[in-house]
Amino acid sequence: MTMVALKSLEPQRLLAARSRWRPAEIAFWSFMVASYFLFPGYLVLISQILVAGLFALSLDLMLGYGGMPSLGHAAFFGLGAYAAGLLGQMGWGEPISGLLLSGAIAGIFGLLCSLFLSRLRTTAFLMVTLTLGLLLREFANRWSGLTGGDDGLSDIALRPLFGVFRFDLSGNTAFWYSLCVVFIVFLLVRRLVHSPFGLALEAMRENERRAAALGISPRLVVIAVFTLSSAIAGIAGALLTQTTSFVALEVLSFERSAGVLIMLVLGGVGTLYGAFVGAAVYLVARDVLSTLDPVYWYFWLGLIIVMVVLFANDGLVGLLRRLQAWAVRRWEAA
Amino acid sequence: MIASVLELLFNGLAYGIVLFLIACGLSITMGLMGFTNLAHGSIVMFGGYLVVALMKSFGWPFLATIPAAFVVCALVGAAFERLLFRRLYAAGELNQVLLTIGLVFMSVAIATYLWGAGQQPLQMPSFLNARVSLGLFEVSSYRLFLLLVGGAMTVLLVLVFERSNLGAQVRAAVDNRQMAMSCGINVDRLFTAVFAVGCGIAGTGGALSVNLLGLDPSFPLRYLVFILIVVTVGGSGSIWGTLTAALLLGICDVFSKYYVPEAGAFTIFAIAALILFWQPQGLFGRAVT
Repeated sequence: MTMVALKSLEPQRLLAARSRWRPAEIAFWSFMVASYFLFPGYLVLISQILVAGLFALSLDLMLGYGGMPSLGHAAFFGLGAYAAGLLGQMGWGEPISGLLLSGAIAGIFGLLCSLFLSRLRTTAFLMVTLTLGLLLREFANRWSGLTGGDDGLSDIALRPLFGVFRFDLSGNTAFWYSLCVVFIVFLLVRRLVHSPFGLALEAMRENERRAAALGISPRLVVIAVFTLSSAIAGIAGALLTQTTSFVALEVLSFERSAGVLIMLVLGGVGTLYGAFVGAAVYLVARDVLSTLDPVYWYFWLGLIIVMVVLFANDGLVGLLRRLQAWAVRRWEAA
Repeated sequence: MIASVLELLFNGLAYGIVLFLIACGLSITMGLMGFTNLAHGSIVMFGGYLVVALMKSFGWPFLATIPAAFVVCALVGAAFERLLFRRLYAAGELNQVLLTIGLVFMSVAIATYLWGAGQQPLQMPSFLNARVSLGLFEVSSYRLFLLLVGGAMTVLLVLVFERSNLGAQVRAAVDNRQMAMSCGINVDRLFTAVFAVGCGIAGTGGALSVNLLGLDPSFPLRYLVFILIVVTVGGSGSIWGTLTAALLLGICDVFSKYYVPEAGAFTIFAIAALILFWQPQGLFGRAVT
């Protein structure tokens, strides 16, 4: 967890210091842009990483900053994915408005859930989110007239972006579209966590009673962050639908809820970038390990999780930070 | 009409008892240490595979494999508790959930490697393949056997939990761990014992129910949900709550699959969600302080 600069007690200065862009951040986004030229054969995989990263980012907002772990976050991701798919099938082919509308639908559902969920903490919260995810998956599975059940939704027609750029098979448009959407949402989230609201969120994570004593309403904060997180998850789901023109029942599955949690923890909770680093490592590892042998991907996945929990609790971003601190110390000593 | 309702009720009870056996260990350990062990279903699966392996490779009779499943699963559970889980009691529920999900994924892969991805058919002894008449209605002898064995284990468990010194220690530790420790109860050792027994019962449940629940490597993921629902709806740490929830959900599931088969598992999840919306701590759970 990030508890930087507690020494500087003035909140405005603290926020300003935190929200400054670091070289590593600029390098990260430059690398994402450059990856178009560096790995032209992997554009589809990179788009998937961006989508998964955005989904993990939505969870990071809740878990990393708000301290609320969810085992059913795929409910909102899947809702967004199905909303975008159904909009496409019904002839609403304009991508950007479709994306926003899907995000709004997931957000509204998230708001309704959070009205109830805001009463719960820790284990009860985990269990109810888990049940919620299962409920929605089973619902989609059974109501096949609307959702296509096990077969999913296909034939999702999408009009060209801005009326110009067609979504082609090589994934060029999908890549740039995903990158732009993800970057814009990322900027919003980054701004949010470096705002007074972000501080209130962190205060609640650290000690809810004290936060309440400071005049923060825990209930309102939980509702706000859960709604926002659901909407972002919905946008990520819609993005997946739009870039693959297909919705599978798998978008609502428990495996996806668990997967996104694993990506986030693998990358580093409460770091914003951990979401993307974790998604990249997870998806590339899955790509490599399942071509070796699809069944045993589960074994390596399990082992990675166990190792991360036992030995690298702050994830890959935390590992990198420790390495950096170590290098700086060595360099100063020399 | 009445006969078919009674038969459904009977099947629901048999299913509920099995759910209770596989979930009660988790309920107690969650109530006692607050340790969220999602890998509990893996132990159940392991019990099932143990029966299959003993019967097919070593020619053991079915009845002899049941106690073996209890002993082996209890030992495996104790080993995991001592070596791995103990380090995570103070680590927060997120780390516990992640670590145990990792173990679930590993167990799925290991089971696939050892036994293949398919369902494991099990040839039951002939007296468990018959139909038995219970006056008004007929039932399968396998379900009757499940109900009798499961019922006997439940009664034994409740007696130990409610009447013995050990049970009193467990209840005291669930209620207030600090105070129980101050009274000289060795909660660490108690927990290892409870964990082992819980795993043993879960393994026995898995062994008994191979032909009811089915057995394939995805078992821990599929039944994880049911186990967690039983535990949360009942309220963790409460043996009566777990029993009530297991029977309730078992009966509801059998009835809904008979009368509204198109709803599938939806009914169960909806009932669980409603109960949790109404009582977030479960039916018999206490609010966390």
